[in-house]
Amino acid sequence: MKIIVNGAPHDTTATTLAGLLDELGHGQSKIATAVNESFVAATLREKQALNTGDRVEIVAPRQGG
Amino acid sequence: MPVFYDTKIASRLMLGTAQYPSPAILAEAFKRSGAGIATVSVRREAGGERAGQDFWDLIADLGVKVLPNTAGCHSVREAVTTAQMARELFDTPWIKLEVIGHADTLQPDPFGLVEAARILTEDEFQVFPYCTEDLVLCDRLIEAGCRVLMPWGAPIGTGLGLNNVYGLRSLRAHFPDVPLVVDAGLGLPSQAAQAMELGYDAVLLNTAVAKAGDPAAMAEGFARALEAGRLAFEADPMEPRDMAAPSTPILGKAFLA
Repeated sequence: MKIIVNGAPHDTTATTLAGLLDELGHGQSKIATAVNESFVAATLREKQALNTGDRVEIVAPRQGG
Repeated sequence: MPVFYDTKIASRLMLGTAQYPSPAILAEAFKRSGAGIATVSVRREAGGERAGQDFWDLIADLGVKVLPNTAGCHSVREAVTTAQMARELFDTPWIKLEVIGHADTLQPDPFGLVEAARILTEDEFQVFPYCTEDLVLCDRLIEAGCRVLMPWGAPIGTGLGLNNVYGLRSLRAHFPDVPLVVDAGLGLPSQAAQAMELGYDAVLLNTAVAKAGDPAAMAEGFARALEAGRLAFEADPMEPRDMAAPSTPILGKAFLA
């Protein structure tokens, strides 16, 4: 299934957001997620189904002003 | 000392964490200045990357309050989603809300800002809005639930100081009980002292420190200026006047003409 992860095309076999994060090697990383511009809480990643064309954002803490 | 959403902060300096030459210099700037709040952001991370965790470990070691931002967001939806991700990442209801309205000046979009502030306040965020010194906008932000206002001094990263002293003074007069922070545009400690002399509660800056030749020394310079400016405000400064007035007594002067 073709989706977009952080702005780049990605081919995945994962069917949920949690599965995608495992596939990408995020493990226990300190990250937050959104799918199709909507926030998905960590507790809801297992239930968040992925569909072709979905846009997934994965972010982490960074420097800011 | 300032109180933001019932949390007392032991410093009037809020310091950004971007653009430092190294993590060690960032930490030294916080240490020497005693800054009480660090602003942070969220950005994309690839699998296996540890940048986020490493940065978080550095910030956690500073022992300061963390204020995540929505920097770079140009729409209400983008800002709201970013705020929600930041709340989960940093485990805080505080959010420095930026809804940018113009790419050149990076000035806030006042209409989007009020809408986003209302949405986030209803979702139990504690919003620190990056705004202009426009009185009507600030009224709307208070109505939307903001209990802090953060007007710019000048456009982000310019170092121009307080571009509209009248407007900032007017805000202080109209909102005597709302914590006011000059956010953005400061380049020198004297400008921070001026904000304090106007009765502002704190300043938020990043570039002026991070891009100085010696960031830690500049951070300390800002901290001292804030202390001096606040002391001056509390000391009730004299009124300026147009005509000269001798400070040395005339009475008793020897007649030598």
